[in-house]
Amino acid sequence: MTRLTRLLVFALGGGVVAVAFILAASGMPHFGTTHHLYRDLSVPASVQHHTANVVSAVNFDQRAVDTLGEESILIASVIGAAALLRPSEDETERLVPEQGRTLEATRLVGYVMLPVTLVLGIDVVAHGGTTPGGGFQGGVVLATGLHLLYVGGSYSALDRLRPVTSFEIADGAGAAAFALLGLLGLVSTGAFLGNFLPYGVLGQILSTGTVQVLSGIVGVEVVGGMVVLLSSFFEQELAVRPRDDD
Amino acid sequence: MTVLIAIALTVVALAGTAVVVAEPPERQAVSLSVFGTALVVLFVILQAPDVALSELGVGTAIIPLMVMLTIRTMRKDRDERERNAGQEEE
Repeated sequence: MTRLTRLLVFALGGGVVAVAFILAASGMPHFGTTHHLYRDLSVPASVQHHTANVVSAVNFDQRAVDTLGEESILIASVIGAAALLRPSEDETERLVPEQGRTLEATRLVGYVMLPVTLVLGIDVVAHGGTTPGGGFQGGVVLATGLHLLYVGGSYSALDRLRPVTSFEIADGAGAAAFALLGLLGLVSTGAFLGNFLPYGVLGQILSTGTVQVLSGIVGVEVVGGMVVLLSSFFEQELAVRPRDDD
Repeated sequence: MTVLIAIALTVVALAGTAVVVAEPPERQAVSLSVFGTALVVLFVILQAPDVALSELGVGTAIIPLMVMLTIRTMRKDRDERERNAGQEEE
């Protein structure tokens, strides 16, 4: 294919997409208007279940099945990445040598921020139903926060703090608990992932029924998944070496 | 508010272009995290703090970290291969 043909094919395809996109976008409600059908339905439904954070109500109550799907995608991709990154037959794992020097300032920031980040992550997970955030966001904060121990300390310190096997179990247990809670909802309300717990007082941490519980479960799963994912990348980079045949 | 949105959108567009233009992948990893930060600002201005938090964790921390680790591993692997090839020639 010559350069000219490629350009013509691109111009044709790009032109069609551009026209279709402009037509589709011009048919949408105007940007920033108060007209919003989905909001008019989902905000009252959220308040009815005493969920202050409407986004969490959508994620874990009104469309919790979507979240179950996303959970499954997450666990599947973590398993896929871990399988690809495991040492192959001509590779061997070694102990990571203590190497390099960390700046005192970096160590200080790492050690000061480590507990702060962990507390913040727990806070974001625990208030998923009431304030912005939730299991996914808090889980990512917790998982990345743990790695400050590598930034400020050493890889062996990180390795001791996060036994990867227990995070693998957390990942799987989180996904299973989500589905189990869905089945409990099916039994008690007649709808899969139905909100069957008492709703509590709007705005309090123990309100929202199953929303807060599901948010916590997702938090556990995301921490597990992200730590397993990052640890396989770290192992490939630091510990896995080609096997010496001689 | 509209002005703020316009500024944030422009910054996102510029940062996104910078990721594409920055040629070596390790530079792209760093500019990707700058791009992520620009998106975080845009999401906050558009009053979507939930999405902003997700983007902050995934876009500015996890993805650039994974890209950097991958590049380092590949480079180390290539260097070792070249050294081995050099030894066999001697």
